[in-house]
This record gives sequence, structure tokens and C-alpha cells, in this order.
Amino acid sequence: MKYSVQIVGVGGQGVLLASMVLGNAAMKAGYKVSMSEVHGMAQRGGSVLSTLRFGDNVISPLECTGGADLIMGFEPVETCRSLSLGNKDSKILMNLDPVFPSMVAAGFEEYPDINELVSSVKKMNPHVVTIEATKIAIDAGKAVAANAVMIGAVAATDGFPLSKDLLKETLMETVPEKFKDLNAKAFDMGYDSMKH
Amino acid sequence: MTDILAKDGKQLLLGNEAITRGLIEAGVKFAATYPGTPSSEIGNILETMADKAGMYFEFSSNEKVALETAAAAASSGVRSFTFMKHVGLNVAADPMMTLAYAGVRAGMLIMSADDPSAHSSQNEQDNRYYATLSMLPMIEPSTPQEGKDMIREGYKMSEELTLPVIFRTTTRVNHARSVVSFGTVEYSPAKGHFDKDDKRFVNIPAFAKLNRVRLLELNKKAQELSEISPLNYVEGSGDVGIITSGVSYTYVKEFTSGASILKLGFTNPLPEKKIAEFIKGKKYIIVVEELEPFLEDQVLRICAQNQLNVPVYGKRSGHLPRQWEFSPDTMKGISELIKVEEMPVPMAQCGVKLPGRPPTLCAGCPHRGMYAAAKKAMGNTDHVYCSDIGCYTLGVQPPFNTADFIICMGGGAGAAGGFSQATDQKAVAFLGDSTFFHAGIPPLTSALFNNHKIVMVILDNRTTAMTGHQPNPGTGRAFGNVNTEAIDIETMVKGVGVKFVETVDPYDVKKAVQVMKDALEYDGVAVVISKRACPLELKKQKKLVAKKCTVDTEKCIKCYTCLKMIACPALIKNKDGTLSADVTQCIGCGMCANVCPKGAISEVKQ
Repeated sequence: MKYSVQIVGVGGQGVLLASMVLGNAAMKAGYKVSMSEVHGMAQRGGSVLSTLRFGDNVISPLECTGGADLIMGFEPVETCRSLSLGNKDSKILMNLDPVFPSMVAAGFEEYPDINELVSSVKKMNPHVVTIEATKIAIDAGKAVAANAVMIGAVAATDGFPLSKDLLKETLMETVPEKFKDLNAKAFDMGYDSMKH
Repeated sequence: MTDILAKDGKQLLLGNEAITRGLIEAGVKFAATYPGTPSSEIGNILETMADKAGMYFEFSSNEKVALETAAAAASSGVRSFTFMKHVGLNVAADPMMTLAYAGVRAGMLIMSADDPSAHSSQNEQDNRYYATLSMLPMIEPSTPQEGKDMIREGYKMSEELTLPVIFRTTTRVNHARSVVSFGTVEYSPAKGHFDKDDKRFVNIPAFAKLNRVRLLELNKKAQELSEISPLNYVEGSGDVGIITSGVSYTYVKEFTSGASILKLGFTNPLPEKKIAEFIKGKKYIIVVEELEPFLEDQVLRICAQNQLNVPVYGKRSGHLPRQWEFSPDTMKGISELIKVEEMPVPMAQCGVKLPGRPPTLCAGCPHRGMYAAAKKAMGNTDHVYCSDIGCYTLGVQPPFNTADFIICMGGGAGAAGGFSQATDQKAVAFLGDSTFFHAGIPPLTSALFNNHKIVMVILDNRTTAMTGHQPNPGTGRAFGNVNTEAIDIETMVKGVGVKFVETVDPYDVKKAVQVMKDALEYDGVAVVISKRACPLELKKQKKLVAKKCTVDTEKCIKCYTCLKMIACPALIKNKDGTLSADVTQCIGCGMCANVCPKGAISEVKQ
């Protein structure tokens, strides 16, 4: 068994935290885990990519182009930018909440229409699932729990090898005590949103 | 979740966390660094816990000083560690070259964290050549687990050879994360004594000549150790041989099959006999390594010296690239030589035009204000903006374009002196507070000495920001039971004799423009200190006073001066052309309000 997840987004969205939760859960399930993270220069408002690979015999920290079993996209433009990480059989979890790049915010560039982005991804891949993680997180109590919503949604992704209980338990160990209830609720709501 | 000091067990660790754990297990009692990606996290961890492990740790002013302090510790019988990014070793190369002649008494490791693909660097130099240049032994881990385990192995080697050992990593080892099993902690003393021995430690010509011979002999001994080292081993069988090291090994291991692999962890000196034995009888050899053909050229030599007529493929044959880091995809380059795992066809680029997302200065970053002021003051004067290594490098982007020449730490200030002499352009040197202490003082004194007409702008944001907010001499130190006062840059600059010295608050852009105008007109060396703490650092210290700005659309005339000058990511230009502040990003710094000609932007009264 070998499974690889490419987690893409923007610094501050919780990409690293999500990859830690999934990685620790994989370790607890007894798999070998190999990950790769982006630090430093690339974090200053730039795109962030975290690679997670786990299975019976993984050692490489990087996945081959096209090799992702799952692309976990925290931000629509970043998901579109990262399509070459997966192939036509990859699962894609696409959060629809945009984070505007500075040149867009300043009006020098335009942010594309979200529906157009979604349909362009769907053209390439039939396994796209969209989610409004921030909206769900606000319903759960606070926008910052959007990454817990995303992890819940991953638990519900078809073919994902780690169990819902294990992911939730690992998430609970990762977040500070005072945010446990919020994250638990956000996780469940993320999971449920995929099942309906 | 991560606990570097745990007694035992296994944890999912970042390469740099695993290396830090390795230091503790090896009983290292002295560590020194200057921060640089991809090595920085080690310093950030040691800052918080070195004292708990009985270890002394410091951020030195630069890599050279870091290596020198660690050399003194190891020469006195205290196990020491110094670590830096690859270009940092250029700075520390001077002491390293002669330290090799003197050697050490307790173990010493010098970590060089190389950055193939230059993810966070200005070049992708291959520091393995420093090992052959200095004749120091070198070891290279492939994974976080090896990162931890090889540290202890390295100290054993270092003490057996009485030489410092180069511990060479790359970004994909430092920033890889995998499951690491903890081992026991070894005892070693925290205090030593320096026993004088002039013949070893005073390398005047008469002694240096002899120490060169000593080093050559130790190099031979190191080679014998390399031959029997458990870090160099053969896996699998077959008539095709792959010789590899570092992270490249993981790609070979997982994405190719059918070859016999010689995995090298002890890479200077190479185990020449072992390599010759491995090559004998093989159909051909493939050398898989990132960057330069360091192993490959030596393998070719070993073949020649042993009359082995076996083809060697790799970079010289054009199968593998010399530029950029490897990945599983790189293995396709050798698919005509060995079975490479079939890789799926990647999805094509999506048809929609996507906006770029380059790294950028943060919302409320004080550098924005100083850059805006410098540009305004400069006007149409022909100029060269020299810049440096740090967050302010991002000033290269529009609308600032305040970086025309960047080479290395402190290099902009030196170059500014040259530009002022060799051209009639106005030379401005931007550099950070930490960079000023690192390498900015010699070019300043040199400019004074030689009467270069430059403006040095010290962007003092009260931290070493880019690498993750480490303290520096300008902030003072408050960790590990050592407390020191901040060195005041203004006093220091005045002290060396600079006559024009002004400190400004970059949030007051208008004032900063006036100061910059005066500085540019000054006939001599002018120093402007732009002093304002990095908001991210304040946030970390929980000292950021939460404020917000708002735009009065009645007063706004849509001149967009704020966007053109400050371009803060918290300022949003809406579809209808009106402006608003993004409350999730805005910190209420007021720079945009300061430059607004109509007073349309103001702080929200709480």
C-alpha cells in the first residue's frame, strides 16, 4: 500500500497543521511516513505545498508529478495551479474560499471566477469534490477551524486509507485545549458535508 | 506534539528536529549558528530548550564567529556543533580551512545545509567541495532518521580523527518529515580546559607546514575509516550498479529497481577500495547525485586508477542534470539504463489564467514605508539600489523595485561604495539590522575610510525576520539564562565617525521622505536607520496593538497614491474602483493614511 496527498494553499491557511495531523494519524496506523514541507522565503504570502506519503514502504519525501492520490486544495487558484501534481484518477478536494494575492487585492491582476475555476478542474478530472470550508467553519463557531473542516472532509473521501476516528483523535491531540470543542464540531461538519 | 527531549519512543519529526535530537543524544554541549534556511529551525528549537539539555547555545553575529566559538569549545574538550546554510559556510570558510590544520580535541560537527533549487537562497552551490578543499571528513544523511543517527556517528569519527567533520544536508533532508526512533542520551562534559599546544593551535608558517603533513596523514586514516564505515553499504544485487548519496538515495530506492545500490553516507574521503570492488564485474555504473558530479568524477578516477573498464553514467553522460534538486521524476533520465517505476500522466494545466502569488512583504511591514520614502525622495535621479539578504529582498517586486543589485549578506553596502566611485549614479544600500551586524560594519567603515558617497539605509525591524525571528545583537538576548542589552545601532554608527545619522519611523512616510532627501544630498557617508518592529514578531510576542484602518469613500478621490506607494496586501481595490481595508489583514499601521493626499484613510476609533 502506498498513498500520497499533496496539500496546497496559502501561508496561514493551516496547510502545515493539516499535514501534521494526517501524518501523525498515518504513523499511528502503523505506516511508514515521508513528508516534505516548504519553509522560509516561500511562506511570505506565497503558495504553500506540503507533500505527505505513507504506506508499507515509502522513503522518498517527494512524489512524482501526477502521482497524488489526493489533492487537498485549501484555495481555489492554488488547486488549479497544482493540477499537474495529480492525474485523471486522483481525488481532488477543493475548498472554494479564495485568498486574494496582493496584486489582485491592489487591483493590478484579476481573480478568476470561482465557477469557471471549478468547471476547468472538472474538465480534467471527474473526482472533484468542492467544499466551502470557511463557511462551514463559521457555522461551527469560528473561521479559523476551516482546516479542521478540511480534515473532516478528507476522512469522508472515497478510498482514503485512514479511519475517521483516527483522524479526529489525532486532530484533538494537535489543537490547544480551549479549541477542542470547536475543532471537533468543525471536523464532524466537514465530514457530514461530504456524505450529503 | 513534538517533544525533542522525550526519553524514548518515536515521533514524526522534521529533519531539523531529528538533527537537534541527535545533538542531545550525542551529548553535544555547545552549539552556535547564524540563522539561514534550510538550517534555521535547529536554532529556534535550541533557543527554547538547549539549557534544559545542559547545552550552551548562541546566535552568533555571523557564521564565521559561530564556527570560531564552536572551534574553541571543541579544542577545549567540549563537544560542539555549528550549523549554517550553504552560503553561510562561505563566510565561515576562512576559520574552517585552518581549523582543519589544528584539529579539535572533543568532537565537532559543522553542518552545511545546502539548497538545491535555491528555494530560499541566492545560489545552489555544492558544498561537498568544501570537504575536499579543507580535507575534512564529510557525512551525508538521506532521511530525518539518518539525520539523527549520523550525528552520533559523526562525533565518534571526529574524536577518533581529532578533526571537525562536515555534516552536509540538503533542503529535502532538513525539511523532510518522517518517523524517527529515539535513542539514549550520551554523557559528555559541558566545561573543558584549553591545554596550550602552540605547534597545533598556532599556525604560523613554521607550524602550518608541519600541520599540513599531519592533515594529510589524518586524511589517509579517514579514508581507512570510510572503507569500513557502516554508513557506506551495498544493497541488492544485479549487474548494474548505482552509486548514490543524500536524498537522491530515496528516489533511487523507491522509484527504480533491479540494480545493486552502493549507498554512501561517508562521502569524504570516499571508500575507494569499496567503490572499486563494487564496480568490478558490473555491466555499467550509474551515479545519482544532486548538483555537481562530485561522486561521479571521483568514481571515474577510481575506475582509471584500478584499470576498470566499466562505463560510468550520470551527469557527464548527460543522463542526469546538474541544475536544480532531484525528484522522483528525475529518475526518468536513467530509464534507458535501469527499470524506473512507471509514473502516471499528470493532468494538464487548467485553461483559466491564474494570478501569480509570489512571496511578498507582509501587511503593515515597515519596509514598505521606507521603500516608498526612498523612491519618493530619489525622484528621477539616476541611481543604483543595492540590497541584501533578508525580507527586504522582496523590495525587488513592483511597485517598489528597490533592489537592483544583490549578491550576499552585507554585499550591497560594499557594492554601493563601488558604484558611487565607478559611476555617477546615486548609490543606496538597504540592509537589515541583523545583516548590519553580520557583514554590514566593514563596508560602512570602508566607505568612510575611502570617502564613498553612499546612503546606507538600515531597515531595523528589531529581529532577524526572514529566517523565523531570531534575536540579534541589535535586540539583545534573553534566553538560556543569558540576558544582554541591545546594541544601539545609532550610537554605534556615530561612534565610528559617520556625521549624517538619522533614525526615522517608517510608518511616518512623509517624515522619512524628508530625511531621505537630506541623506541623498549629503556629501559623504549618510546612514538612515528605519526603526520599527516587525509586526509578525510583535504578534509572536503578543505585543501587537490591534488597530484597524478604514477608507472614507466620500473623501477618496481614487488617485490610488496609497496603492502605488505602499501596495499593502490589506488594501483592497474593489471592482467599482473604491478602496477598502481588509480587516482580517490590516494592523492599522497607518502608512497608507500617511501618504493619502486627501486624508481619506483613518484609524478606526475603538
